[in-house]
Formats: sequence, structure tokens, C-alpha cells
Amino acid sequence: MKVAYWPGCVSRGFTPELHGSMARIAPLLDIELVALDRASCCGAGVIAEHNQELADTLNARTFALAQQAEGTAMMMNICSTCQGAQSECQQRLDANAEYRAHVNTTLAAEGLSYEKGLANKNFLWLLVEEFGLDELRSRVTRPLTNLRVGPFYGCYIVRPQERLQIDDDQPRDTYLDLVIEALGGTVIDYAGSHKCCGFPIITMNKEASLAQAGRHLGDAVDAAADCLVTPCPLCHLNLDLQQPLAEKVVGRRLDMPVLHLPQLVGLALGVAPGELGLGRHVVKPTAVIDWTTAVVAGVGAPPSGG
Amino acid sequence: MAEYTLRLRRYDPESGDGAYWEEHTVELEPHRSVLEAILQAKARFDGSIGIRCSCRAAICGSCGVRINGRPDLACHTHLDKAEKHSKDGVIEVEPMGNMPVIKDLIVDMEAVHWKKIRRVTPWLIAKQPVPEREYIVPRETMVDVTQSMACIQCGACVSDCLAMEVDPEFVGPAALAKAYRFVGDPRDSQTRERLTDLAEDPHGIYDCTHCFMCIDACPKDVAPMNQIMRLRRRANSDFDIEDSNNGERHEQAFVSLVHTYGLLNEAELLPRSYGGDSPLAKFKPSAQKELASSLPAIAKALLRRKVTPAAVFKPHRLPKADLKQIDRIYKEVEGHDERVELNLYISGYDED
Repeated sequence: MKVAYWPGCVSRGFTPELHGSMARIAPLLDIELVALDRASCCGAGVIAEHNQELADTLNARTFALAQQAEGTAMMMNICSTCQGAQSECQQRLDANAEYRAHVNTTLAAEGLSYEKGLANKNFLWLLVEEFGLDELRSRVTRPLTNLRVGPFYGCYIVRPQERLQIDDDQPRDTYLDLVIEALGGTVIDYAGSHKCCGFPIITMNKEASLAQAGRHLGDAVDAAADCLVTPCPLCHLNLDLQQPLAEKVVGRRLDMPVLHLPQLVGLALGVAPGELGLGRHVVKPTAVIDWTTAVVAGVGAPPSGG
Repeated sequence: MAEYTLRLRRYDPESGDGAYWEEHTVELEPHRSVLEAILQAKARFDGSIGIRCSCRAAICGSCGVRINGRPDLACHTHLDKAEKHSKDGVIEVEPMGNMPVIKDLIVDMEAVHWKKIRRVTPWLIAKQPVPEREYIVPRETMVDVTQSMACIQCGACVSDCLAMEVDPEFVGPAALAKAYRFVGDPRDSQTRERLTDLAEDPHGIYDCTHCFMCIDACPKDVAPMNQIMRLRRRANSDFDIEDSNNGERHEQAFVSLVHTYGLLNEAELLPRSYGGDSPLAKFKPSAQKELASSLPAIAKALLRRKVTPAAVFKPHRLPKADLKQIDRIYKEVEGHDERVELNLYISGYDED
């Protein structure tokens, strides 16, 4: 499957291992990535907060570039926040022909135009809805047996449900659980799985922001998770990069590895941890990987069948 | 008639005992409400079950509870739907969150919700002189605030606010939506004062984490988070209110960095959020203090090659031709006489 690929900013900036691991595993899943390297930042909701039309126009430009990418079936992103911010703009553009025409007038100078109805899916959605869980299961060469994985969705990919078309027929707010299972891992149920990592207020109320990260990480520790997995690089920044500071705010040792979704998939597909950038995290995923043999291991998990 | 089992969370602080779960099976038609099921259990099995309700028609806002972990009005939730969304076929009903429990399903709205509503001066402070007869205002300016006027004060958004979960002092979604109702009202004389107050409050408009919980929680589509974003937009773009919480600086820095680079330059965002929107921001004392406190995280990230010196000193940016396009879009859109905004609550969707 050929997709117009939007990696986002943070996956190429402060979490380079995310873009790297996605590029590494794409061929293993027969996904051909046509990078949208001319597209701009989605605005992460902040540009929309400043000026809605500006955010809508910048993202309409990205959508128009995606629609021009030859032979692609849809647009794919690897960032929950991009998914949410772009869906918000797309909802307005698709809802109202007059408004869409107004935005397209601004794009016309460069011969670009957004046509209603682009499919833009996060890698997680594409994995479940296009690639399929059975197919994924059949490609697993190193099942994550006994690995206790806590899903951390990030807000932008699960809410608001109406905008993201989440319902009984399309339970996108459960997909991360389904993928962990398909990879052979054990899904850990804990309080923070669908909550906010706190990143959006890290510069405005650092204490509250880190209290959020620390609380969810602590809940995962209490539920005996070996690691968390997230489809959002911004969540990763607060949960991994800031974890030493979050530990101070909540006053407990956490030591909880946080994996990007493509990294977890890559491990199950047999890719070496180093090639997935797993050595680049602030919290070393030693609970997940036995570095001496480079095999995946759930530490402290009960034996299978027990 | 069908049978439905409820799992109610019971708690009486005066008893000295802890909270516990209690199950009751009732008989009702599937389209009947969870509230009716609770009232039947109360009438048939245990008169001491505490539940607050009045209109039973989703307009008084009294019966806010958590059903299967999500906030909603008990009278506005059908039994068949509630059963379908339960984890084990039993409909679980709990009191709302973020507020102390008075008894069973009744929470203390006064201690949290109403206190916060009063915090935002929820009445009109009229422009002077007050006209002798009625105010005449343009239709579109009042349409703008109708969404926040739809609030029925049920507290569902307060219940699941994730910022309030870690910061109980956060003014919160319901009160801030109410604040927008008056900020957006053309008859009010205190627009700047209201915005300055809420921007300067460390638990005000910049304490919202943008988690969308309140949007999904609201049974009346008030979308409190969207109203908070409109408060920020008015504070920033219309009144240039520079606050001590970095709210305005963060937004300005973000918007300007994307203008310059086409992509987000994270290494610059942090110092500029503290020191202001300039490449020299990192040398300001406020930014230096923050950078120093983040040093342990930054050092580790550099050590692990998570963040490379290249990402800091030679950040990614779009090709020149594309930056030119971005620049043109910025200038064209920001050059409009009036901001163009589309509120789907009011405009609706095209019929096709």
C-alpha cells in the first residue's frame, strides 16, 4: 500500500527514533511511504487557538499536497496530535463548501486545491483498518509473549469521538489494545490509558503537567506493566524525556519505559532493538529487552499458561 | 419488559464505613432511562439509595452521574445503550468525579462547581449608559454566545476534567464556558478585565490541557474546551494580554516559529515561551532559569542521542520555495480585516 506520509515535526526533531522506526518497519508491512516533505506543521491546536483560518489553510495545503501524491491510497501520520489537529481542520473544511472555497482561494496562487473527503489515518488506524490484525498476526516472528504492555493513547486520537468517527462499528479507542494482543503481548488495564500526558501545559503549569505524567506512569507501575506504548510523540516527551522530573513531582521512582508504536510492532516483527532506536530513550527499556541477546522479554511476568 | 442489573456505588460518609458496590436487578423497557432504573431500585429494594433528580427530561441538570465510567445525565441514557457499553453486562453507576460525595450518587456541587461558577463573575456588567428600553445588538454577535448559553450546569464536564484531577484549583470547563458567555456578549463593559483576570490566574485559561474530555462529557454540546480556546484567542489576538503564565508567549512563539521554519523548532519553543518571541530569548533570566531546571532531562536526552546537537543548532526547516508559500499564507490570512471563524455548532453541516 502506497501512502502520502506525514511524519510530523517532533518525530523528526526531539523523538527522531519514531520516524526512524516507522521508516524501518514500513517495508515489512508492505507500506510504501511517499513523504510529504513540503508540508508544514499541523499547528498542534495552538495555531488554531491563535487563528482558526490560518490553521485550516496550512492544513488544507498539506491535504492538497497529499491528494497530489501520485498513486497513494490515503494520507498516513504517526502522531496522535497531528491526527487530532488535522481532523479538526478537516472537519470544518469538509462541512462547509463555501468555507472550503474561501480557503482554497488562498491556496490557488500555487495551483493547490483541497477536495473534500481525504482519508487521513494514523498508523494505528491504518494498521487495524487497512492492513488488518490477522495479517499483522501472521507476520509476527517474535511474539511479545509475557510482555505486559500498557496502552497510552493520547487525547487527540480518542476525543472528541464524533469528530474522529469513533463508535461501536469503529472502536478506534480500543485499537492499541487490539494491536498489543495481535503482537502476542499482554494488555495492561490501568487508569491512565486514555488520559492526558500533560504536555500541552508544560510551559504554563509545569507542576500540574508533570503531575499528570507521573500519575499515569505510577498507575502503570502499580498495575505491574513492563512498559507503555504510545502513538503520540508529544506524550512520549512528557512520559519519557520528562520522566526524571515527573518522578520528583510525584515523589516516587517510576522507571517505566515508554515505546513508540512502530517500535513495539518492529520488535514483534523481529527487528533488532538498536535499529528501532530503542537505545535513544531517556528511560532505558531494559525491562522490555534483554540487550545481551536482543530478545524481547517481559521481566517479572508470570510464566505462560500459569 | 427486560431485566437490567445495576451496580451502584454506595457511600455514606456519616456511617464511617468505606464505599461499596451493590447490585439490583430491575424490570423496564429498553428505551427507559438509567434514572428510572435507579428510582425503581430505590422504590422496590432500598429506599436509602441517594440520587438527585428533578425534571427527568435532560434540562434541569440534576442527575449527572458516571455511567460505565463516563459522565452523563442518568435521565438521558437509555438502558439498552448503557448495557451495551458496560464491561460485563451490568450497568455501573457512580457519582461524578472531582467533587466530594455527599451520599451515594449525590456529589457536593456547591463545594466545587458553584464556587467556580461564581469565580468568573457570571453576570452582565452593562456598558453605560444603560439604554432606557431594551438593548439592540446585532444578531450574529449573540449567536456567537448561544453555545455557551446552552449549559444546564450539570457538572458532567467538571466531573472528568483531567486538569482538575491534578490541579483542583483549575477554574475548570463549566466556569470558563460561562466566562466566555459574558466575554462574547457585546453589552458587557468588562471584556478586557475579565480576560486579564483569567489569563493572569495560574489556574485560569492557560491551565487547560486541551484533552477534549469536557467536549465528550457535555450532554448539551457546549464544547467547553472550544470556549476556553476562544477566550485565549480573544486575550491574545484582540487584547494582546501578556500574562505571567507564559500563555501568550507560548502561543506567539509557536505561531512565529512555524512561520519561520514551516515546522516546529522545539529547541526554540521552550526558551521563547519563557523569554518572549525572539532568538535572544534563551539569554533572558526567566528562560535561563527554566533551561537550568530542565538540564537533567536535556543532558540525558543528548547523552542518549535522543536529541542531537544538530536538532538544536541546525533545526529542520522546509525548502525555501515552500517557506515562501507559508509566508504568503500567513500574510494573506492575518491581513484580513476580520478573523474568519467557523463554529459548526452554529453553522451546521452541508447536506450532501
